[in-house]
Amino acid sequence: MEAITLNALTKVYGKEKTVAVNEVSFAVEKGELFGLIGPDGAGKTSIFRMLTTVLLPDGGSATVNGFDVEKDYKQIRSSVGYMPGKFSLYPDLSIEENLNFFATVFNTTVAENYDLIRDIYVQIEPFKKRRAGKLSGGMKQKLALCCALIHKPTVLFLDEPTTGVDPVSRKEFWEMLKRLKAQNITIVVSTPYMDEAALCDRIALMQDGKILSIDAPENISKAYPDSLFAVRADHMYALLNNLARYEKTLNSYAFGEYAHVALQSGIDEAVESAALKSWLESAGLKDVEVQPATPDIEDCFIRLATVHQAAVIK
Amino acid sequence: MTQLITFIKKEFHHVLRDRKTLLILFGMPVVQILIFGFALTNEVKNSKIVVVDHAHDEVSTEIISKIEASRYFEIESFVDGPLGIEGAFQEGHAKAAIVFPANFARDLQHQNSAQVQIIADATDPNNATALTNYLSSIIQDYQSAMNKSAVFPYRIIPETKMLYNPQLKGAPNFVPGVMAMVLMLVCVMMTAISIVKEKETGTMEVLLVSPFRPALVILSKAIPYLLLSLVNVGSILLLSVFVLDLPVNGSLLLLLAESTLFIITCLTLGIFISIKTDSQQTAMLISLMGMLLPTVLFSGFMFPIENMPIPLQVISNIVPAKWYYLIVKDIMIKGLGFEAIWKETLILVGITLFLFFISLKSFKIRLA
Amino acid sequence: MNDLSNRAISIKADLLTKRYGDFIAADALSFEVYKGEIFGFLGANGAGKTTAMRMLCGLSLPSSGSATIAGFDIYRETEKIKKNIGYMSQKFSLYEDLTVLENIRFYGGIYGLSDGAIKEKSEAIIARLGLQSEADKLVSALPLGWKQKLAFSVAILHQPHIVFLDEPTGGVDPVTRRQFWDLIYEAAEEGVTVFVTTHYMDEAEYCNRISIMVDGRIEALDTPHNLKQQFQADSMDDVFYKLARQAKRVDL
Repeated sequence: MEAITLNALTKVYGKEKTVAVNEVSFAVEKGELFGLIGPDGAGKTSIFRMLTTVLLPDGGSATVNGFDVEKDYKQIRSSVGYMPGKFSLYPDLSIEENLNFFATVFNTTVAENYDLIRDIYVQIEPFKKRRAGKLSGGMKQKLALCCALIHKPTVLFLDEPTTGVDPVSRKEFWEMLKRLKAQNITIVVSTPYMDEAALCDRIALMQDGKILSIDAPENISKAYPDSLFAVRADHMYALLNNLARYEKTLNSYAFGEYAHVALQSGIDEAVESAALKSWLESAGLKDVEVQPATPDIEDCFIRLATVHQAAVIK
Repeated sequence: MTQLITFIKKEFHHVLRDRKTLLILFGMPVVQILIFGFALTNEVKNSKIVVVDHAHDEVSTEIISKIEASRYFEIESFVDGPLGIEGAFQEGHAKAAIVFPANFARDLQHQNSAQVQIIADATDPNNATALTNYLSSIIQDYQSAMNKSAVFPYRIIPETKMLYNPQLKGAPNFVPGVMAMVLMLVCVMMTAISIVKEKETGTMEVLLVSPFRPALVILSKAIPYLLLSLVNVGSILLLSVFVLDLPVNGSLLLLLAESTLFIITCLTLGIFISIKTDSQQTAMLISLMGMLLPTVLFSGFMFPIENMPIPLQVISNIVPAKWYYLIVKDIMIKGLGFEAIWKETLILVGITLFLFFISLKSFKIRLA
Repeated sequence: MNDLSNRAISIKADLLTKRYGDFIAADALSFEVYKGEIFGFLGANGAGKTTAMRMLCGLSLPSSGSATIAGFDIYRETEKIKKNIGYMSQKFSLYEDLTVLENIRFYGGIYGLSDGAIKEKSEAIIARLGLQSEADKLVSALPLGWKQKLAFSVAILHQPHIVFLDEPTGGVDPVTRRQFWDLIYEAAEEGVTVFVTTHYMDEAEYCNRISIMVDGRIEALDTPHNLKQQFQADSMDDVFYKLARQAKRVDL
């Protein structure tokens, strides 16, 4: 059964009629870990707000647990957990006070659902008397997650829970999500970090209020149509400049210690890498290394976003 | 119910942990009362007066020397008539004048009574009252000394006249004014800010996405401030009774009941502002400019409403503080009962109901 | 570029320490950053990055140790330091209620550029970023990535020796993030030293050298390539994880 459905959901803001969410449709299965992947301004937060019933759609419809987000907002509000983008805690209340407060607001007690949060809570429990405003990003994030889980929601909405959090805390956070998923909680999470996409069951890549692609992360990678090469040389800046000039280049960009370059598919990879290598060397670069690369979500996003951008400009 | 209690507890945590706000909250009324109290102190020393002596006789000269001998007064100059007095007042050389009519001593001897006129500059009404009282008592003293040796009692009748502000509006009644101001500030501004703060930090979003009824959010915000405001009313009254010797002449219970009504009016106003604004800054500005300023201007506490142009007088009627000010003045100073203030009370109730209704109308269960 | 050590030194820190009571936020930091280098400054939340960066920018005085920024002493010459550095953070950088042009003019004015220079610079920035049709729009109307690119251009408007970037690309999309790094490369080519913090480990790879802070100390400092060898890791992500996992200081 589907936990969440969106049908041409649309949100428009302000006098200038900025379309934040543009006829977005998708469905999330029960127990799925679903990722909304996209940069700031892609429309992720607006979607979250409409699904959690704090914002009315300007078009289309959506359901959560079978309830309509407009008409049945009361039922939805009592069955979902929500962690908005800015960790919504009271900075002048302690960890313990925050948790107790949210438990009461949701008509429950910490003891009643302690099982669900135990794994996470034990990590912050030694500091339970400390005020939330004095916690670091990683700790706040854990507390916020505890607060969102305390009433045992069936669907959990997490809006950019890992933004501004260091890589170690991010990793820990995703491990917590995996454990929650095992408890059969449907989780919708948004993130601007492409590397986190691979940890979701399915993802929607978003840009400018539109969905660029929606599928399991590995399928999105498989669907990458061009031939991708990873290139390295002694001088990154010169390498990037040269790759952009190479006549067969569809797209090229820095990618960690390598530069990625997308070339037309259907070519002999060995021949092509050799040609590219010698061309780069003739341009004066040294220690050139060219090898075929497997596209990951970031490559896919860059490609889709570039195509999307080109379409918008046209 | 437990939900509501938890919520209210949380509000108290917010208030009690914010030391600076707490200091303002409870320090402000004290400071205001003390500032007003001492700024308006009745102490008079070496006040300059002008003398118009049309009599130039033995009695007038004696009284003048008595005045000069007192530590309260210093004679600035002798002038000829009303023009001289007004000139001295306007230039600020003197705050009061004493006028002896011609034939002062003769009238006193032949008719056993004579009039003397005391004129005060009443732009500072408190001071003016004090000066006229002191002058009158000096004359009184002189008269009783004279009567000891007299067969028939002599009577010198001081006729006092206030220039510029004949009704002596304002100052002695500052306690009710400060009460109106403080309650306005605490209830309207603090309530508005505390609700808007939740919008800003995003906690409102989480509260909205909870089974907790949004109206309860608002209610639980209002209750702590109601209690805090009552504490303030108490501290103002204690100060005014014990420090400023200004007793509550009427029923204390009635005064507290009316104060609670006014606090509720202010709370609904604060809630209305919070519904309409999204940032603490805006909420603060609206509360200060839109609420506090009219309270000071139109409650009649600083500026007499009767002297205002008609349109402003009309506007003053929608300022809740005006009605509360009238009520407190009647109870505290005039010692009147409910029968004297039922009309004002009714108006306050009306304003409150109206605010409550439009707040309810514009209340949103969503973000936008 | 590989032989940085022959270059002039831009930042030199020697046993730089900051204590808050018993707590040592930054513990005896010693490192050098060369002119024109892109220097990545990594660490988990709470490792002491912000503290260190504040000291280097002249915003807070060290408890002990010494440092020079562009040759100026961080104790005695903070005013000179401020004239010679640019600073950009993720949170604050531009005035949202001013237009693109007004922002450029404002910052140009702050750094005492002449009207002619400001005009020339404004045109150059707008042309470089392709903001011609947005020049008179409010900054609040721009997408985040564009704002950040503009903020960077403004931060180097006065041709500083060093530019400090505090998580400049947080939340920015992958395409714009790379355009942002193109700007960094360009600036470095022109000799500006770039001192940057980031949570994106792929961006760490773009730096010439990286330092990783753990519990207030610099635990590793080398080129990305050497660090990966040293820690026998496939990616910077692994290196970071291996180092940060040892952190004893509770993430406060």
